[in-house]
Amino acid sequence: MNKSEMIEAMSQELNLPQREASSIITTILDSMTDALAKGENIEIRGFGSFSVKDYGTYYGRNPKTGEQIKVKPKKLPFFKVGKELKEMVNQNS
Amino acid sequence: MTLTKADLVQKVYQTHDLTKVQAIDAVEKFLSISKNCLENGEDLLVSGFGKFNVKEKKARRGRNPQTGDELILAERKVVTFKPSGILRDKINE
Repeated sequence: MNKSEMIEAMSQELNLPQREASSIITTILDSMTDALAKGENIEIRGFGSFSVKDYGTYYGRNPKTGEQIKVKPKKLPFFKVGKELKEMVNQNS
Repeated sequence: MTLTKADLVQKVYQTHDLTKVQAIDAVEKFLSISKNCLENGEDLLVSGFGKFNVKEKKARRGRNPQTGDELILAERKVVTFKPSGILRDKINE
């Protein structure tokens, strides 16, 4: 499922115009992005949680040339699946 | 600070012409549509945010780390998240 299919499903289920459904989805995703950008975690019961992990500088290698390169510090978001979703995904297997 | 479902409801409520009940319903529907998609083993692509995949793990032999007993871990499905480039950039800004 992609975003436009999601918008369509939201619009049908909520009985709202697609434009409104799209705007609601954008608000939800923007709030989540802003929280992560501020270094905050996200915790949604039943779905999962997101946290931001900090990586310091490390030395890696270019796998092709074997050349040593310095990898700059970075932050990456991590998702941990919630209990309910984990069980849902596994029940019909 | 952690972003929760209540925060998402509040954001949707503040930015849209909806009642509180409708805002709660909108956030719940957003989550249930996402969960149902993954429950069916379908990937969820949210442009600008990231991609949720359902991966099938094969059965494997493992150990109970506490007792050291060998056991068979049954095949299962897991949900993984890959952040989009846009999200990664925003977090590292």
